[in-house]
Amino acid sequence: MFEYTFQWRQAFRALPQMLDGALVTMQIAVLSMVIGVTIAVLLAVARNAHSPWLRWPATAWVEVARNTPALFQIYMAHFGLGSFGIYLSPYVALLAGITFNNAGYLCETFRGALRAIPATQVRAGRSLGMGQVMAFRLIVVPQMFRIAFLPTTNQMVWAILMTSLGVTVGMSTDLTGVTQDLNARTFRTFELFALAGALYYCIAKAVMFAARLAAWRLFRY
Amino acid sequence: MIEIENVHKSFGALEVLKGINLTVDKGEVVSVIGGSGSGKSTLLTCINGLEPINSGRILVDGIEVHAKTTDLNKLRRKIGIVFQQFNAFPHLTVLENVTLAPRKVKGLSRQEAEEIAVKHLTHVGLAEKLNVYPGRLSGGQQQRMAIARALAMSPDYMLFDEVTSALDPQLVGEVLDTLKMLADEGMTMICVTHEMSFARDVSNRVAFFHKGVMAEIGPPEQIFGNAQHEETRKFLSSVR
Ligand SMILES: Nc1ncnc2c1ncn2[C@@H]1O[C@H](COP(=O)(O)OP(=O)(O)OP(=O)(O)O)[C@@H](O)[C@H]1O
Ligand SMILES: [Mg+2]
Repeated sequence: MFEYTFQWRQAFRALPQMLDGALVTMQIAVLSMVIGVTIAVLLAVARNAHSPWLRWPATAWVEVARNTPALFQIYMAHFGLGSFGIYLSPYVALLAGITFNNAGYLCETFRGALRAIPATQVRAGRSLGMGQVMAFRLIVVPQMFRIAFLPTTNQMVWAILMTSLGVTVGMSTDLTGVTQDLNARTFRTFELFALAGALYYCIAKAVMFAARLAAWRLFRY
Repeated sequence: MIEIENVHKSFGALEVLKGINLTVDKGEVVSVIGGSGSGKSTLLTCINGLEPINSGRILVDGIEVHAKTTDLNKLRRKIGIVFQQFNAFPHLTVLENVTLAPRKVKGLSRQEAEEIAVKHLTHVGLAEKLNVYPGRLSGGQQQRMAIARALAMSPDYMLFDEVTSALDPQLVGEVLDTLKMLADEGMTMICVTHEMSFARDVSNRVAFFHKGVMAEIGPPEQIFGNAQHEETRKFLSSVR
């Protein structure tokens, strides 16, 4: 019945390779957040705009990003666009899919934060001679990021975990991809994936810790 | 000089200003009194172009505020405005609150802006609070910071909209003293206020607003001693 003998040595020997994979995972997550946050701010502004030409596409983006599986979004970036002759490598497709997902969720987070900032703040800025854009950038955006900071951190953790979906589009260099390859060669399934799981856990915890520290340093008010 | 000529202003179907005429000379202090909803705040936000008007015109130093060709961002550097809600920028320290616009709008260096800011903050009695965030200040301190913030742009005119109304009674005095000081220094000011003793003691002229009309204007002795208009007398007896 229970015939599986654990061989942790073999798994630990693969650790350096897995750490390299973890680095790729982090890279994709960080990139997808940086681009995602930027797009999310634009989407949030567009969703509050008067023009339906801005509002509509932004709303559609948010709806799809939040109401379809992330796996589907990554698939579409790779195979979906592929059928239109636009070929994205697994790395780019994974990055695009997660960025799409991040932007959709963060847009709503930022929109909520924007609503919490009284219009009188912008008024005060305009009265001092600031233009619309300057007042938004200097007065609204910093306050928005503060309010949205914790939800944004959660999305970052999500982004890290979502990278594991990359294997479905042939991603082989991130933590899950590397683990999958090792597994195919050694069949130490449990040990390898347990180790990968532990690494994901540590990364997620480390990110949360770093975020707390950053919040404490940044938001003194 | 601020010249307000036959200004009409509506919010939708509601006409809030019904033909206002008022000229404020350099160095003059005009207090605006009147009941709630009479259009006092609206007039101030029209003067610095935060609100559009429907007809008439407003000139500040001969520049028409609502003309399409007017650069409002530039014009607003001349006109400081302080609101009832203090509108401190909560993410910036007191010093940063005051230096932000001089640096980003006027392009002053950090050092120049800080020199000016410290001067004005000292003037309003906040020299000890430079590196504090507004959340740690009392209402009166926040309002004095807002005044310093407006002054740091070196405006030629200051508009005050009930700057003491949101304050606890014991904090009103310190803010009014700041306004008096400014008046004594020759600042041109329009003060919307519910503080009748302030209006009487500090202003050159007092304007009484009633339902979107400037029902009466004159020196404080006239308004408070010998009001010509029935509504003025009614209003004054209701606030005393
Ligand atoms: N942005 C706005 N949209 C629609 N109506 C407005 C707006 N701002 C003011 N009003 C209306 O215009 C009228 C005049 O308002 P205003 O704030 O100028 O009065 P006020 O004299 O300053 O009164 P108070 O003493 O209460 O501050 C009020 O009936 C108010 O409801
Ligand atoms: Mg008002």
